[in-house]
Amino acid sequence: MLIRALRDEGVEYVFGYPGGAALHIYDAIFRQKDVKHILVRHEQAATHAADAYSRATGQVGTVLVTSGPGATNAVTGIATAYMDSIPMVVISGQVVSERIGEDAFQETDMVGISRPIVKHSFMVRDARDIPEVVKKAYYIAATGRPGPVVIDIPKDITSPFDTFPYEYPEKVKIRSYTPATRGHAGQIKKAVQLLLEAKRPVIYAGGGVIQGNGSELLTELARKLNYPVTNTLMGLGAYPGSDRQFLGMLGMHGTYEANMAMHHADAILAIGARFDDRVTNAVNKFCPNAKIIHVDVDPASISKTVTADIPIVGAVDSVLSEMMALVLEADQSPDASAIKNWWEQIEEWRDGHGLYTAPRYNTSGEKIMPQDVIKVLHEVTKGDAYVTSDVGQHQMFTAQYYLFDKPRRWINSGGLGTMGFGLPAAMGAQMADRDAVVVCVTGEGSIQMCIQELSTCTQYHLPIKIICLNNQALGMVKQWQDMQYDSRYSESLYEDSLPDFVKLAESYGHVGMRVTKKEELKAKMEECFALKDRVVFMDIYVDSTEHVYPMQIAGASMRDMWLSKTERT
Amino acid sequence: MRRIISVLMENAPGSLSRVVGLFSQRGYNIESLTVAPTEDETLSRLTLTTIGDDHKIEQITKHLNKLIDVVKLVDLTEGAHIEREVMLIKVKAAGAQRAEIKRCVDIFRGQIVDVTASLYIIQITGTSDKLDAFLQAVGDASILEVVRSGVSGIARGEKVLSL
Repeated sequence: MLIRALRDEGVEYVFGYPGGAALHIYDAIFRQKDVKHILVRHEQAATHAADAYSRATGQVGTVLVTSGPGATNAVTGIATAYMDSIPMVVISGQVVSERIGEDAFQETDMVGISRPIVKHSFMVRDARDIPEVVKKAYYIAATGRPGPVVIDIPKDITSPFDTFPYEYPEKVKIRSYTPATRGHAGQIKKAVQLLLEAKRPVIYAGGGVIQGNGSELLTELARKLNYPVTNTLMGLGAYPGSDRQFLGMLGMHGTYEANMAMHHADAILAIGARFDDRVTNAVNKFCPNAKIIHVDVDPASISKTVTADIPIVGAVDSVLSEMMALVLEADQSPDASAIKNWWEQIEEWRDGHGLYTAPRYNTSGEKIMPQDVIKVLHEVTKGDAYVTSDVGQHQMFTAQYYLFDKPRRWINSGGLGTMGFGLPAAMGAQMADRDAVVVCVTGEGSIQMCIQELSTCTQYHLPIKIICLNNQALGMVKQWQDMQYDSRYSESLYEDSLPDFVKLAESYGHVGMRVTKKEELKAKMEECFALKDRVVFMDIYVDSTEHVYPMQIAGASMRDMWLSKTERT
Repeated sequence: MRRIISVLMENAPGSLSRVVGLFSQRGYNIESLTVAPTEDETLSRLTLTTIGDDHKIEQITKHLNKLIDVVKLVDLTEGAHIEREVMLIKVKAAGAQRAEIKRCVDIFRGQIVDVTASLYIIQITGTSDKLDAFLQAVGDASILEVVRSGVSGIARGEKVLSL
């Protein structure tokens, strides 16, 4: 009944791992062909893969795990999806109903454990409820501000010996749940008025624009107005990265020009973004002269940290089209001379310290610079790959230097910052598009958190390319230790304990490559991507002393940044 | 500022834990909490009192509204409302104290609902302030046990919190 409901919901792939309490469900999977199961090597990977599948396609990802350790192993992945508002349904087996509460074998209170990191959860108490619960779960996961939903099912509820009439509901109505759709017309009008009068406007777009399928509309609006756009870490790709109007990412490791423009702006259109602390720096010093329009589908996001002058609760696509319509019919157009001056100012910032006008790192050394690896990766993949990442310096370098032109191509754990996300996420992205080039940019630290998934790649022929920026240290930790702890590297070094990644990859049946010389980087990278149907693990030795810059100075405003180890604004 | 938030929610397993969990998860404070089914048995009415500035209360109501099990809610303190709390209190009542406490109960319009040779059990209803005042009047020395129901509230006039 459960698998039938998944099929009727249109689920193509389930990422999971079997176990006692889920065996009835697994038997049902075996006896049909519509819902395909991907067997991972650890439940955390199932959640990350389903999460990335969702990020790449916009569909709801599906996970199936057993009770107890199966469920708890899924928790990190559920939290990752929750923090980034990714629609996902996690089905967990549970011990039989009459054993619940008795500390039975592999029993854990999954609904309780997952409560703070799910949008909603269900415990199925009657098999007859399965179709409706499944329908509701997918509906809740996908609508409004998306998020993960857990369905916990005791083993007896999935017993093949009990049969019931089955009907999958076409629609579902939940009296207590009405996600926002259209924004308030009056507020939108006020917002457009403010935008048209702005002299120093910035559009600050986040992951919500991608989730809400608003990228094209945003691009049209920004181009029509000729206003600069900055994206959050989650929003990269929402606006074309190679476009002239794109300022780069903003925030802690944002570009100089993006952070300066935000600080000096007089009007900010924040859309599908949530004023995260990694964006705003000190909230009380945030953008002192700006009037803020905040568009978000989640009312609780608005004025949570930064108070909005014009709050608009609504779906980004609907709000953006209404804004565009108003801009087109307005008698007023933006103040051309003010906007021209604004762009001149921005160009000055770009020329001075921008990441894309000149290299802002040492290019004369012998070592491979991590920034160059990403630039070469961009060149070799023509900027068109699905790129997943783990967490740390490599993630920030990728965000800065792989200029994403399309939405849903950049897949990373932004909110929770989950190391170990990259490899399973790449599997999910590859499942979503079997012909696409999928790259996992990682570090030698992160990759070891889910390295077992190299085996899953073998089983399902997922030709992922792993670009490991190997600096023999937990780079971001080390950077903070350099900057704030007088280079006392407490537990951020491995003391020669790293595995031989080339041999490791080979032992799983993949191709391993080691790159240590600057001059061979590009050729090796081309060689890697020429191996279209193989997993290639590129272990690239990069300068281990390099830091990510710019870096905002804690407790200060957006414009206060370290630009290199010695230079600050 | 003290607020009374009244929530209509699904009378389903786990609903209460979501509300309580939200408060601890986001660092909000619950001063008191009462919950019971309504005339429509699929719905529960939960009343809680909390303390916070406008910004915090706005966040609390927004996050409560986000919970799928929450159908509707109202901040009763935003308008005219009636609030009541029931208190049962066991006090020492021997000798000269006995008459004194009886007088005090009468002044506060409470009732003595159980009596032994040495103690009274008193029931008293009113706003939380009134109950506090009664406790102060009786004095710590004679109080043996206090049980308070937590605040219940309802809006005055035409306003109704229902489906």
